[in-house]
Amino acid sequence: MFPFTQKHKIAFNLKIYFPYPAICKACWQLTIISKIKLVVVSARTYADFTPQASFDIKKCDVHKLEEGPPLQAVLTREEGLQYYRTMQTMRRMELKSDQLYKQKIIRGFCHLYDGQEACAVGIEAGINLTDHLITAYRAHGYTLTRGGTVREIMAELTGRRGGIAKGKGGSMHMYTKHFYGGNGIVGAQVPLGAGVALACKYLGKNELCVCLYGDGAANQGQIFETYNMASLWKLPCIFICENNKYGMGTSVERAAASTDYFKRGDFIPGLRVDGMDVLCVREATKFAAEHCRSGKGPILMELQTYRYHGHSMSDPGISYRTREEIQEVRSKSDPISMLKDRMLSNNMASVEELKEIDVEVRKEIEDAAQFATTDPEPPLDDLCNHIFYNDPPMEVRGTNPWTKLKSVS
Amino acid sequence: MAATRLFLRASPVKCSLTGLTGGVHSSLGLTLLKLSPACTAKPQAQRRHAAHFTYHPEPAPSQYGPTQKMNLFQSVTSALDNTLAGDPTAVIFGEDVAFGGVFRCTVGLRDKYGKDRVFNTPLCEQGIVGFGIGAAAAGATAIAEIQFADYIYPAFDQIVNEAAKYRYRSGNMFDCGKLTIRSPWGCVGHGSIYHSQCPEAFFTHCPGIKIVVPRGPVQAKGLLLSCIADQNPCIFFEPKILYRAAVEQVPTEAYQIPLSQAEVLQEGSDLTLVAWGTQVHVLKEVAAMAQEKLGVSCELIDLRTILPWDTETVCKSVVKTGRLLISHEAPVTGGFAAEISSTVQVRVRWEIKAFYFFYVTDFKL
Repeated sequence: MFPFTQKHKIAFNLKIYFPYPAICKACWQLTIISKIKLVVVSARTYADFTPQASFDIKKCDVHKLEEGPPLQAVLTREEGLQYYRTMQTMRRMELKSDQLYKQKIIRGFCHLYDGQEACAVGIEAGINLTDHLITAYRAHGYTLTRGGTVREIMAELTGRRGGIAKGKGGSMHMYTKHFYGGNGIVGAQVPLGAGVALACKYLGKNELCVCLYGDGAANQGQIFETYNMASLWKLPCIFICENNKYGMGTSVERAAASTDYFKRGDFIPGLRVDGMDVLCVREATKFAAEHCRSGKGPILMELQTYRYHGHSMSDPGISYRTREEIQEVRSKSDPISMLKDRMLSNNMASVEELKEIDVEVRKEIEDAAQFATTDPEPPLDDLCNHIFYNDPPMEVRGTNPWTKLKSVS
Repeated sequence: MAATRLFLRASPVKCSLTGLTGGVHSSLGLTLLKLSPACTAKPQAQRRHAAHFTYHPEPAPSQYGPTQKMNLFQSVTSALDNTLAGDPTAVIFGEDVAFGGVFRCTVGLRDKYGKDRVFNTPLCEQGIVGFGIGAAAAGATAIAEIQFADYIYPAFDQIVNEAAKYRYRSGNMFDCGKLTIRSPWGCVGHGSIYHSQCPEAFFTHCPGIKIVVPRGPVQAKGLLLSCIADQNPCIFFEPKILYRAAVEQVPTEAYQIPLSQAEVLQEGSDLTLVAWGTQVHVLKEVAAMAQEKLGVSCELIDLRTILPWDTETVCKSVVKTGRLLISHEAPVTGGFAAEISSTVQVRVRWEIKAFYFFYVTDFKL
C-alpha cells in the first residue's frame, strides 16, 4: 500500500520531526513522511523513468549488401546506464592515464582512446563475451570492455605486478580471455584475427572474431592478404576499421587513394558506420555478427570516429589539426554527451543519477590510480619468464655475463 | 691489480683454445673479473641496472672545410641537404618525412626542394622498399626511410630477395645501387620491444647489400654520403639514442668517409675491443676504467661498416694484442659478434690468448 522506500514529490516541507501524512504531487498517493530529509527536494520516483525508448540512428552506407542495419535502435534504461557508466569509466581512465604519464609515473608508450569510447562499448554490446576480439595498440578501452578491471589496466600501465599482463606488457600489450591484445606492429594483428576466426569456424561454437585496425593500417599489404583468405574460406571475421581521420600525423586524404575504407575489402561486403554514436555502432555490429554467424563469410565495417588526444603521449595532436576542429567534435559529436542527452530528453534517467555515476566512476579511477602507484613492481625473477615453453627451467644471460637469470614457463 | 696483469700476459699461447674461449664459462676468467671492485657479481635485489654513458664529442675535422655545431639528426639533415642539392635525381620518401620526420631528420627539406622530391608514403614498409628498389633501378637516387628498424621486417623480402640480388641475377644489366635505406636503430631507454631493436645481424646473412652504423654526427654524415654515393644498396642504421645526445662540430660541405674501413679509436697492447654505434661510447669508458683499475691497455675499434666488414684491421689488432672482446646491443645468439669471432679465430688461430663475448642490452630504465 505505502511503499516506504519510494520517493515522492511532496507539496511542502513542514519541518516537523515526527511522521505525518501528506499527498504526493506526482502520483497523488497518500504517503507518510517518515524522514523529511530524504523526501524533500528533487525526489522522483523511479517509476517515472521511461523503461525504454526507440531512437533514430544514422543510415549506414553499404557496399555489396542489399540492405544495412536497421534505422532505429531500442535502448532500455539499464542498457543506457551501463553504456554511460562504461564510456565514462573509459574516458576518466584515459584522462587519468594522461595525468600519470605527465607525472612520469607511466613511462614508455601510451596511446589514449578518449573520443572513441562509443566504438568499444558499441561493439561489445553487439557481440558476446565468448566471441573473440583483437586490436592494435590503442587498446585500453577494449581491455575494459572485454573483462579487464580499471585497477588491472592502470597497474599494467605503471608496470606493477598487479597489472593485467603482470606488469611486463605495458600500454600496448594487454590481454584478457578472448581478447588477443594489444599489438604494437601496425597491421600485424589482422592476419592473426583471421586465424582466430578460422579456429572459431573449425571448433563450431558459433563464435566469431572481431578484427580491428586503424585508417593508417588499412594501407598495409597484409590486410589485403587477409581479406582474400577470409573471403575464400568464409571465415566468421568482422573486420573493423576505426577511422579516426589521422594515421599518427597523416590525414587520411594524404595517405589513401580511396578513403572509403568500407569498400576496400572489394569482394567483402562493407558498412560505413557513425562511430561516435554508441547505438549506431551496436546495431551495425549486431548486423555484422548476424552476417558472420549465418555462414556468409567476413564483413567489413568502417567506424567513423575521432580521438581527442594525439596519436600517443609524445604527440601534442595539434600540429596536424586545429584546436578548433577538436573543439567542434567535442561539442557536437561527443559520444558520452550524445548518450546523456538522449537519455535525459527521453526521461530515461535524471541528471542527479548520472552525476552519481560520475562520482562513483571518479572514485573508482582514483582508487585504481592509487593502487597502480603503490603496487610493487614485478620481482626480478619474473623478468625472463615465458620466453619459451619449457619443462625444466632455462638459464638466460643477463645484462652482464655473470648475471644468470632463470626463465620458468 | 698487478696480479691480474701478470696473469693475462703470462697465459701460454699453446694453451687449448677451448679452455679460454667462451670466457663466460671459464671460472678462472670469472674470478679474475670479479676481483675488480667495479664489477658486481650479483645484481642487488630490484636495483635498476641503469646502463649509461657520456657522449664525448670528437675534435672537429679540419680537412673538410668549415664546421658547424650539429647533433646527430641535424648532421643527417645536412647530408640529405647536400645530396638533394648536388643530385637532381635524389628523392627522399618514407612515413612522415614531409613534416620533418619523427626524429626531425628531414626538417626543412620539403620546403627547400619541393614536394615531388621529399614526400610521404602510406604505412607500408614492404611497399616503401619495393618502390625504392624500382625508383633506384630506373635511375633515381632513392633514399627510403623506415621509421624504426623494428618495422623493417615486412621489407625483409624486398631487401634480401630483390635489392641484394638484382645486379647478380640480371648479369649486371640492372641494379638498384642508388638505393639507400635509413632507419633509426638501437635502444633508447623507453623503447621496449618494438622501438629498440638492432636487426643488423639478420641482414649480414645476405651478400649484395651493405650495412653501416655510425657512432656520432661527423661519422654519420660522412658515412651516409658514402652510402648514397655507393653503387650498392645500403642500409644505414642511425642510433636513435644519439640523435640529440651526440653533439659535435660537423663540416657543412659534403664529404665522404670510406665504407668497409674500421677505425682504431685508441691504440693499446693488451686487449682489442670491437663495437659499433652506441656501444663504442660505452667501450670508450670501459677502456678508461680498465686502464685505471686493472692497468690493462685496450685497443678500441669502431667497426663502422658491418657488412662487408674490415677483417684486416680487426685481425691485425688481435695479432698485436692476442685478446678480443666484442660488444653489441643485439642478442648474443646469432649476433654479429659470433661472425667476427669465428672469422678472427680462423685467421689468427695461433696468436689468440683469450676470447670473450659480451652482449649488452642497455636497460636505461
